[in-house]
Amino acid sequence: MAEIIVVTSGKGGVGKTTTSASLACGLARRGHKVAVIDFDVGLRNLDLIMGCERRVVYDFVNVVNGEANLKQALIKDKRFENLYVLAASQTRDKDALTKEGVQKVLDDLATEGFDYIVCDSPAGIEKGAYLAMYFADQALVVVNPEVSSVRDSDRILGLLASKTRRAENGERIKEHLLLTRYSPNRVETGEMLSVGDVEEILGLKTIGVIPESPDVLNASNKGEPVILETESNAAQAYDDAVARLLGDTRPMRFITAEKKGFFSKIFGG
Amino acid sequence: MGLFDFLLAKKQTATIAKDRLRIIVAHERAGRGGSSPDYLPMLQRELLEVIRKYINVDAEAVKVDLIGDGDSKVLDISVALPENPAQA
Repeated sequence: MAEIIVVTSGKGGVGKTTTSASLACGLARRGHKVAVIDFDVGLRNLDLIMGCERRVVYDFVNVVNGEANLKQALIKDKRFENLYVLAASQTRDKDALTKEGVQKVLDDLATEGFDYIVCDSPAGIEKGAYLAMYFADQALVVVNPEVSSVRDSDRILGLLASKTRRAENGERIKEHLLLTRYSPNRVETGEMLSVGDVEEILGLKTIGVIPESPDVLNASNKGEPVILETESNAAQAYDDAVARLLGDTRPMRFITAEKKGFFSKIFGG
Repeated sequence: MGLFDFLLAKKQTATIAKDRLRIIVAHERAGRGGSSPDYLPMLQRELLEVIRKYINVDAEAVKVDLIGDGDSKVLDISVALPENPAQA
């Protein structure tokens, strides 16, 4: 059975695609067969973050419409031979995806022996986001420690608990909180919501905290998922999150402020 | 904190954010379908009508809530009786 994981948030720009790419790579690096699907029809971006934008020939909508088969549309990653990308279509037709079409693609991927299917949800609560979450077994809710992101995540949690296949069958989706762009220093000075604050408001357990890091932009510039920048704090935090998702227990890192030097202690800054 | 930080003392805005979010999230959750099914207001009205046949109670006297308790749900109905119930 393939485990379907949706990466969702409600709000845009919080790091869904960055997270999807790193999660997929992290799972593949551990030897699992992984497909990562971009559900953002019309605004394809996962291909850029994965660095395979020039190799997109057929996309998700082509497969759903029967214009290409799944094997033709799956782009094999250059770094991991057990990792595949299914790009979103650039069509402006919002109804290009259907529930039946998505289900068939997911079923076919399971038949092909994929262990994990990562669904990169578009922002918002429209059809694309609905389809990305509908068949999920687990959800990674990506949240910035900031009011609008937290509020939107709560809307998404409501949808996960009601508008999904599992919910309709009286089951629950396993939901995880992933905090991104976290600044321990600003939390310490009382300027930013802490991990505990967000957990308390949303009633959700944290699976990972990704610190604010310049490496995320540098990685996306290069088309290299940030988890592969092994020296980076963000990469290590993503790797911890993947390990926890697979059942490991790991202490949270990068959530306390860095020790300041003598001069900055005296003069601030 | 540096020695001169008091000169630019900032408000602890995270606390404000947390308080605002607590309120708005609770409010929006209460308004969502999942936790309170559509039939609750109707059930409340009809119960009130039945009770009023026998006891003269206020419109706010009957409270109907669906309380989630793990996997099971409890329908919680409470009726506040007036201090000297008069026959309707």
